[in-house]
Amino acid sequence: MLLVLFAIRREQEELAKRVTFIVTLIPLLIAVFLFINYDRSDSGHQFEENMMWIKAFNIHYHVGIDGLSVTLVLLTALLGPICVLASWKIEKGIKAYLALFLLLETGMIGFFCALDMFLFYVFFELTLLPMYFLIGVWGGPRREYAAIKFFLYTLFGSVLMLIAMIAVYLKGDTFDIPTLIELAKTPGHALAERTFQIWAFLGFFIGFAVKVPIFPFHTWLPDAHVEAPTAISVILAGILLKMGTYGLVRVNFAMLPEGMDFFCNGEGRWGNSLAILGFINIVYGSLCALAQTDFKKLVAYSSIGHMGFVLIGLAARNESGLTGAILQMFNHGVISAMLFLLVGVVYDRAHHREINGFGGLGSKMPIYTGITTLAFMASLGLPGLSGFVGEALSLLGAYSKFKVLTILSTAGIVIGAAYFLWTLQRVFLGELNPKYEAITEINGREIATLVPLGILTIVLGIWPSIAIDMFREAVSILPLVQ
Amino acid sequence: MNNNFLLLLPEFIVTGLAFVVLGLDLFLPERRKWVLPIVAVVGLVVALVVSLRYLWGVSDSLYDGVIRVDGYALFFKAFFIALGGVVVLVSVDFVRRNLEHPGEYYGILLFTVVAMMLLAASGELLTAYISLELLSFGLYVLVAYDRYNAKSNEGATKYILLGAFSSALLLFGISQVYGLLGTTRFDEISSALSSADALSPGLILGIALIIAGLGFKVAAVPFHMWAPDAYEGAPIPITAHLAVGSKAAAFALVLRLFAEAFMPIVEQWQILLIGLAVITMLLGNLVALAQRNLKRLLAYSSVGQVGYLLMGVAALAATGSGGIMLHLVAYAVTNMAAFLCLAAIYNITGRDDIAGMAGVARRAPLVGLVFAVSLFSLAGLPIFVGFTSKFYLFNAAAAQGLLWVAGIAIFSSLISLYYYLQVVRQLYIEPAEDAAPIPVPRLTLGVLGALFAGMVGLGVYPAPLMEAVQYASDALF
Repeated sequence: MLLVLFAIRREQEELAKRVTFIVTLIPLLIAVFLFINYDRSDSGHQFEENMMWIKAFNIHYHVGIDGLSVTLVLLTALLGPICVLASWKIEKGIKAYLALFLLLETGMIGFFCALDMFLFYVFFELTLLPMYFLIGVWGGPRREYAAIKFFLYTLFGSVLMLIAMIAVYLKGDTFDIPTLIELAKTPGHALAERTFQIWAFLGFFIGFAVKVPIFPFHTWLPDAHVEAPTAISVILAGILLKMGTYGLVRVNFAMLPEGMDFFCNGEGRWGNSLAILGFINIVYGSLCALAQTDFKKLVAYSSIGHMGFVLIGLAARNESGLTGAILQMFNHGVISAMLFLLVGVVYDRAHHREINGFGGLGSKMPIYTGITTLAFMASLGLPGLSGFVGEALSLLGAYSKFKVLTILSTAGIVIGAAYFLWTLQRVFLGELNPKYEAITEINGREIATLVPLGILTIVLGIWPSIAIDMFREAVSILPLVQ
Repeated sequence: MNNNFLLLLPEFIVTGLAFVVLGLDLFLPERRKWVLPIVAVVGLVVALVVSLRYLWGVSDSLYDGVIRVDGYALFFKAFFIALGGVVVLVSVDFVRRNLEHPGEYYGILLFTVVAMMLLAASGELLTAYISLELLSFGLYVLVAYDRYNAKSNEGATKYILLGAFSSALLLFGISQVYGLLGTTRFDEISSALSSADALSPGLILGIALIIAGLGFKVAAVPFHMWAPDAYEGAPIPITAHLAVGSKAAAFALVLRLFAEAFMPIVEQWQILLIGLAVITMLLGNLVALAQRNLKRLLAYSSVGQVGYLLMGVAALAATGSGGIMLHLVAYAVTNMAAFLCLAAIYNITGRDDIAGMAGVARRAPLVGLVFAVSLFSLAGLPIFVGFTSKFYLFNAAAAQGLLWVAGIAIFSSLISLYYYLQVVRQLYIEPAEDAAPIPVPRLTLGVLGALFAGMVGLGVYPAPLMEAVQYASDALF
């Protein structure tokens, strides 16, 4: 079911905020409904809608959800109201901000539900416009630079994707994703041809790689995250990055298996490409995070690292790896949302994000310290919290295919522990920095944004089946290679 | 020879309208001259209704095929009349504030509309040439209309000189073709070319000269040198008319010429057009990056758009003219919106450079919004009509086997986004020097609203337009 949210124009600021919050609860309710009513044993698409849109190209308004989509739609729907709550303090132009935010949410949910390639592309692009304005108008000091960099970089990727998409359309004569997936499997069809798939794979891959982001297309992320307002960073890390990985599974893996095989089978010059890129993301991302003194930039680089786990699980192409990758997508969405919200808390009070500029905050803000510790532990992969499960499954799956790379990637976990614990120490432990004698504790609204995420982190850490059940069947029909 | 002159009723109406406007201008006192644009618009609406009512489904010709009246001509007639109407509406406030002699302005504008209508209906080279000249002469005068502005005079002089030069080239090419094939009629040229074994050098020269002459008219590279100066100097509504109307008219001719007359030798000219298309889109978009004046920027961006259209012409054989026509309509709506916004801003602030747009979104929110949307549409971002039409064009090119050209086109779009973003940045992010709100006349707001609805509506639901385009291009082949 596609949820279309229309931006509402209101005169009063307070009213606008409350109305938007309620509006974002609607998709959440629908998402919960989906969660309850979703048939876990059906591997196909449910709640489908299919209408003719542009007859000349056989483009349909075809939407539906399967295991993979519903997980991410749930995540988006959950983060919607949380982000609106997080944006409560925005001063100027709150109506426009909320309107753009709703448009963004529409684009994201639509993207995860789209089953027609044209629609898929339209929604992918649709998210760029509001993001540009949200970063460019409401962001930090270097926001213009960050916004344009984000826009052009991501558009560059999309543009390559467009070329690949047109090429696929020409061969397959349809835009319908399920049909294309079927056609790509039938031997002898033009779409199934290996060389074509390799090139198409590359086109789509670079498009999604910019979004995920995968080294070396990641340079836009730290700037965008640092300059964006808190709630937008949450959405950026929580959802937008997942759009890239979702695309990788939906298009590159499901639709172009031969191409995927070429880059993941461990043989030949290119056979380890994806795994190597995943490894670089994990280790390089973590090392960069270790070097950061800006709190937000540290979290941004840690996101890059975590996406590496998704990639390496994906490269494994087996059930364990895929399950781990998708679970990691969801978990990282939750955890990084928590992390950015937490950074926002301290930034709102101190108006800077220098890690070395804090000290001993634990004595003044115990609750905040507690929640931050939870988030940090989850992110570095402490067993018992959700972050561990995703990472473990990905690595487990990858180990059977890429032994050496997997072993080397575990270094990323160690480095992750290093920078998180060190940050914990520098910011919260030790002597209280006299500048912050009067710092206020975390308030009710901020706790309200964090608690749902925290609960999810703990629950999924102990009982991940709740999530895995949703997409188990969908994973099983993917072209896995045991 | 029985000619049904009723078929030309729309042209007669618009010509008569032009004379009426000129005549009224003689008799009306200065304070009543606001009547003139109203008369013009009403007349154009009448002409539009008449042409759609009486010419729908007609496929006929006059003078043995010299003037064609078919679905293709009808589509463009309706398009040009509508375009003329929009230009008049855009001009109302501008002319009232900045120009003298409104009667002649509107009169000549209407004559250019007639010329465009006849250009789309031409079935033969000399008729096309005469219509083209009528259009050009009208535009020369209109570009120079801002008499006391040095830039206007400079732009017009360059335009006249290069225009005359290009007309000469065109005529020389036509004479070559006539001399070697014995006819100037499109259908007869087509049969002569298909029965010819090989192309004589003279014929190649003639066709190349025709392409060069037309290349000047549409401002393709390397024939585009006049465009930035003429666009910068002309009054803003006329810049819009130049950018949209004269280009569309020239392409209407190009389509009929290449689809009908030159189709038998498609292999020969296809590679030439591909080359022109590629350098046009690349140069147009790259040079636009350096521009500081908004009118020049839009001029170079138009040059880039012509590149995409030429790519579509090169792909004519495989998928027909649908993509080009769709893109012309999309381009028209979008550019009109952009120029109207610029006019509205210029009328109050007197600035037409990019830096002068600072903070406009705060000072005139609707104008800022429509301006930003039109720029995003020009860049080809989805849900706006610019994306849909470009997608159609790229698909057509790819179907013809020109996927690499489509790739270059897509990258040019990416480059264009950068300079459009510079303007958007000024509109929304930069603070205004003077925060006073900009008053925008209700008429302008109304037209902007309609154009905005067009850009978004056609982007999301292009089906009716696509059907109209299909009907028109069926008549062509």
